[in-house]
Amino acid sequence: MTVPTLTRDMMPVVSYPDALASTPTHYCPGCTHGIAHRLVAEVIDELGIAQDTIGVASVGCSVFAYNYFDVDFAQAPHGRAPAMATGLKRTSPGKIVFTYQGDGDLASIGSAEILHAAARGENITVVFINNAIYGMTGGQMAPTTLPGQRTTSSPLGRDVASQGYPLRMSELLAQVDGSAFIARRSLHDVVNIRRAKKSIRKAFEVQQQGLGFAMVELLSSCPTNWGLSAQDALDFIRDELVPAYPLGEFKVPPPPPDAGEREAR
Amino acid sequence: MARKLLKGNVAFAEAAVRAGCEAYFGYPITPQTEALEHMARRMPELGRSFVQAESEVAAINMVYGAATAGVRVMTSSSSPGVSLMMEGLSYIAGSRVPVVLVDVMRGGPGLGNIAPAQSDYNQMVKGGAHGDMKMIVLAPATVQELIDLTVEAFDLAERYRCITVVLADGSLGQMMEPAELPPMRPPRPLEARPAWALTGARGRDPQTITSIYLDPEEEEAYNMELQATYRDIERREVRYVEERLEGARIAVVAFGTAGRLSLTAIEAARAEGIAVGLLRPVSLFPFPEERLRRLAEDVDALLVVEMNAGQMVSDVQRVTRERVPVHFFGRTGGVVPMPEEVLDAIRGVHAGLAREEAVA
Amino acid sequence: MKGTVTVDEALCKGCGLCTSACPKGLLTLSIRFSARGYHPVELIDPDGACTGCELCSVICPEAAFTVYRARAAA
Repeated sequence: MTVPTLTRDMMPVVSYPDALASTPTHYCPGCTHGIAHRLVAEVIDELGIAQDTIGVASVGCSVFAYNYFDVDFAQAPHGRAPAMATGLKRTSPGKIVFTYQGDGDLASIGSAEILHAAARGENITVVFINNAIYGMTGGQMAPTTLPGQRTTSSPLGRDVASQGYPLRMSELLAQVDGSAFIARRSLHDVVNIRRAKKSIRKAFEVQQQGLGFAMVELLSSCPTNWGLSAQDALDFIRDELVPAYPLGEFKVPPPPPDAGEREAR
Repeated sequence: MARKLLKGNVAFAEAAVRAGCEAYFGYPITPQTEALEHMARRMPELGRSFVQAESEVAAINMVYGAATAGVRVMTSSSSPGVSLMMEGLSYIAGSRVPVVLVDVMRGGPGLGNIAPAQSDYNQMVKGGAHGDMKMIVLAPATVQELIDLTVEAFDLAERYRCITVVLADGSLGQMMEPAELPPMRPPRPLEARPAWALTGARGRDPQTITSIYLDPEEEEAYNMELQATYRDIERREVRYVEERLEGARIAVVAFGTAGRLSLTAIEAARAEGIAVGLLRPVSLFPFPEERLRRLAEDVDALLVVEMNAGQMVSDVQRVTRERVPVHFFGRTGGVVPMPEEVLDAIRGVHAGLAREEAVA
Repeated sequence: MKGTVTVDEALCKGCGLCTSACPKGLLTLSIRFSARGYHPVELIDPDGACTGCELCSVICPEAAFTVYRARAAA
């Protein structure tokens, strides 16, 4: 093994985020949950909010997310994280509350909870991991599974005639007046991961500013249940998921009035 | 039909298909998801209905809808998912439409874990949901029993117009055993649907299926009909298995997997000269009360073994009314006891009896 | 040299994403096994080509990288 030589003028420019616990994760090698966790932790570090943050873990591969972040965490029943977050946020002034949910949790069983948290304009931040499949339970169809995509409950490929069409949650929730910031980003390469981090940061800042409901949907991979290598899985996101789930910011808060306008008034 | 090596979850799903199940609506939840996956492939193959619903709440209501059409319909789930189905089950019980539910129990409460447990006995046997309702509850201990009881469940549900639950646990759902599937029984044609079914009021008066009876006296009268059905079930549908009870001084009372592993302990205890046998209730509702009362006359002690913190034991105590001491051994939270632990418990009861005799 | 990286082998799962992300191909999966049974990634940079560009740390799902840059470049 080549041991890198650290000369005296070398400074660490990237190191392990403080808000990330030192516990090694149980996620599969190459799973983008790890990237999403790291980005959320980096944002929490940069905003300096770790001691005021409460996360709500959901049911899915990320059920043990509370072991991986060094912040307070609650564990919600499947789909109910936005409701638990509502209860937490409304009774915890000054705290930052976020949920971390997969596509089954948010778009299937939790579809009512997320819709109404957005409708109420709950001041929470939702991190939505969309990998178009149910990971934890072994690869069943998700509401975001693509037409023709094979899963264990769509063994011949998702048949839209009997199994319906995928849900584009970011577009749907951007229609809701209570939503303040809705973005969809992807984790399939460095450029997109960096954009994802910016959107995650905005989603937390929107909460800090009390502007309403904020969500970042992150197109993610599931190498194990897609039956692909880690790198091929990232390419699948780029080639198949991105065209089906366009990237961008679907709703942003209006810009604050600038100084000139204020004076004129 | 030949015996095949079958996984419990796949076995009960295929058994349902062969019993003429026309629709399956469910949601993934460990440790029973293989049933949903099997149905996802089989039902469309046979031109029958399958939907992976958005949640267990939606699934049970899809089941309710199909049931009102007089169709043979089932769902399966595990403890937290079954809790979500409770509202729907109450509506179904209150509408007297037949439904089959397979509950593959896991550790709880709450999210718990995915290991096998029997801690939903109270939930299922006492009715489960709101109102004066009961469900027939059958507890298999082998994959073969799981198959046979699933097929029977459809017949029972239709005969009594009620819910029949096949109450399994994660070990039964996951294990693979040689078992025989029944031959295929095709679904009924539309004309053969029950008279009360909603099939469109062609050539008959329109009919309604509802569970709302605003006038309390009407609701009570309806409840009396339900109660009459439950009394009927209690008279006619008791099922249990006895093993090694000849000359037994101690009887272990245990259901499902707990009964199965208790039998191993009982054989070992018998080899040590302890006169112990097993009463394994197969119907939990209706509970084998009469047999248990007679057993309490014949033995000197009962040992209830469960994979929970003590649920069926209360029913055993209630039924036997202090005729004999009722002991309890249980592991919960998803822990499956080893036969050695049950053997130790049997030895303890036996030693206690010996001490009493010495003192007497 | 302008930069270098270290990999925490207690975290690395040998997923290999960094080996594609590194623009200079300086990262490879070793043939060794880590304590967790993975092939950890290692930096092979005999010519000091690493610039501390951070791309490996951005793609890494385990946050296993510490990236260093020489003060002048940082």
